[in-house]
Amino acid sequence: MDWQAIDLSVRLSLATTAILLVIAVPLAAWLAHTPRRWPVLIEAVVALPLVLPPTVLGFYVLVALGTRSPIGQWWYELTGKTLAFSFTGLLIASVLYSLPFAVQPLLASFAGLDRRLLDASEVLGRGRVDTLLRVVLPMCRPGLATAAVLTFAHTMGEFGVVLMVGGNIPGETRTVSISIYDSVQAFDYATAARTSLALLAFSLVVLTVTYSLQRRGALTWVRR
Amino acid sequence: MGTTLTARVRRHLLDLDLSVDVEQAPVTVVFGPSGSGKTTLLRCLAGLDRPESGSRIEYDGALWCDDSTWVRARDRRIGLLFQDHVLFPHLSVAGNVGYGLRQLPRADRPARIREALAAAGAEHLIDRAVPQLSGGEAQRVALARALAPRPRLLLLDEPLSALDTPTRARLRGELRRLLREAGVPALVVTHDRAEALALGDRVAVLIDGRLRQFDDVATVFSAPADLAVADAVGTETIVAGQVVDTDQGVTRVQVRGHLLHAVTAEPLPEGSPVLACVRAEDVALHLGAAESGGSPRNHLAAVVTGLDDHGPLLRVDLDAGFALAAYVTRPTREDLGLTPGLRVTAVIKAPAVHLVPRGTT
Repeated sequence: MDWQAIDLSVRLSLATTAILLVIAVPLAAWLAHTPRRWPVLIEAVVALPLVLPPTVLGFYVLVALGTRSPIGQWWYELTGKTLAFSFTGLLIASVLYSLPFAVQPLLASFAGLDRRLLDASEVLGRGRVDTLLRVVLPMCRPGLATAAVLTFAHTMGEFGVVLMVGGNIPGETRTVSISIYDSVQAFDYATAARTSLALLAFSLVVLTVTYSLQRRGALTWVRR
Repeated sequence: MGTTLTARVRRHLLDLDLSVDVEQAPVTVVFGPSGSGKTTLLRCLAGLDRPESGSRIEYDGALWCDDSTWVRARDRRIGLLFQDHVLFPHLSVAGNVGYGLRQLPRADRPARIREALAAAGAEHLIDRAVPQLSGGEAQRVALARALAPRPRLLLLDEPLSALDTPTRARLRGELRRLLREAGVPALVVTHDRAEALALGDRVAVLIDGRLRQFDDVATVFSAPADLAVADAVGTETIVAGQVVDTDQGVTRVQVRGHLLHAVTAEPLPEGSPVLACVRAEDVALHLGAAESGGSPRNHLAAVVTGLDDHGPLLRVDLDAGFALAAYVTRPTREDLGLTPGLRVTAVIKAPAVHLVPRGTT
């Protein structure tokens, strides 16, 4: 079994989830409550990874991160490393790829919130950040949990994007799915089977724990 | 001059100028049918919606809003009570009441929370969870939450209309006392006549976004300024007629075969069309034929056409040549044996007949 790949995938997924929650919470809050219309465009861009083939997304990210692009060049001058075919590059790609999985549950959750709760908070002297932290997020725990679990699971299972952006460098960009693909290509079915089983068991455990927490009400507030 | 709220608010249909001396009239009711712009007005006063240009809101010498000034809701120090409490479901009762006490030192908060709950008659609820509160209890906690930061002005949006009838009746009687004792000037928005009558010192009638009448509560309800107001405040009977003559302050009006006597402040031109308004509370019923000799001037032969439950009272619909409504108590109904088809005499004192010159709408 390729423990290194599993470790890498877990690290990648945790980092992606953490970054995405930080980005997605304000983004979804803004999308849910802005009275303007043009943010629909942003919503569409956020949802793009749902319909684009991972290879297309991966191709654009690869081009954007390559040393010929301004971003890639800037990163190279800053760190002396290339972004493409590195863990950092992979992390950037994963964040983009899983963006809709984080934003959409949060958006649904925020939009479903009774707006008058926000009015009540404002009239009681609280600013927007205060209201977000004290009212919106506590009441949207199910949405937060869904966003986190979906992002994590989606990143664990990503393949096309990783192949395009990360390649196959052990310990740097070789994730579980790449490792399994590699094993099969080398006719090492035994290793592929063991790694697959480990991934399957891990995913099942994560989802079971999430759903049981949800059922026990640990992730929701009690409704009347 | 005492503390005043001066508001010129324009937004969508709403176009109103209102000036209230809140020391003289601690509880002001904005009364109007749904769609009249009450809630818009309330949200503009609260700072939750921004009115359109040309608006100006000033309270107690502080400018809250004009074309270049905008004080945010959180900086206005107001209390807001919603129709259905809108408590934070994830917080405890104490957490809800203490929510607005950010600026109070932490050590002083428990005392203030208790004080606010006591002011709302909700002390006993402090250890309860929000989802376990009944509608009336939740509304008390919401009142405590609004009072806790000691607001300068309290805004109430149909505060009782989401409650069931018995709870509403109980709280209606108590709310005015609670508001008075809290010592915070209050502006109540409502479409409920009973709520307006029970709570208000002064009543502003809002119809289609315009202020139609602003007066003492009794004046508004017994002397509506025009037909639209009369319709809105619920004068139960409004019937068209023609002025016959005025003698010693008593105007006689020809109304579908009856001669109604009404008291008017100023004589009305003979033959001019008027609307006679009679509140159902002011109509008394007698059995049998019209007896003259008593002081009431109006005795109308009528037939009972229907009986309707109206809280503690019964609403009796009558045909007196025109549709007439009367309120009676339940014992009265039994004593008189009121049933549809029964012939009765409706008795109305002249001062209870209010005349609205037609064409003033």
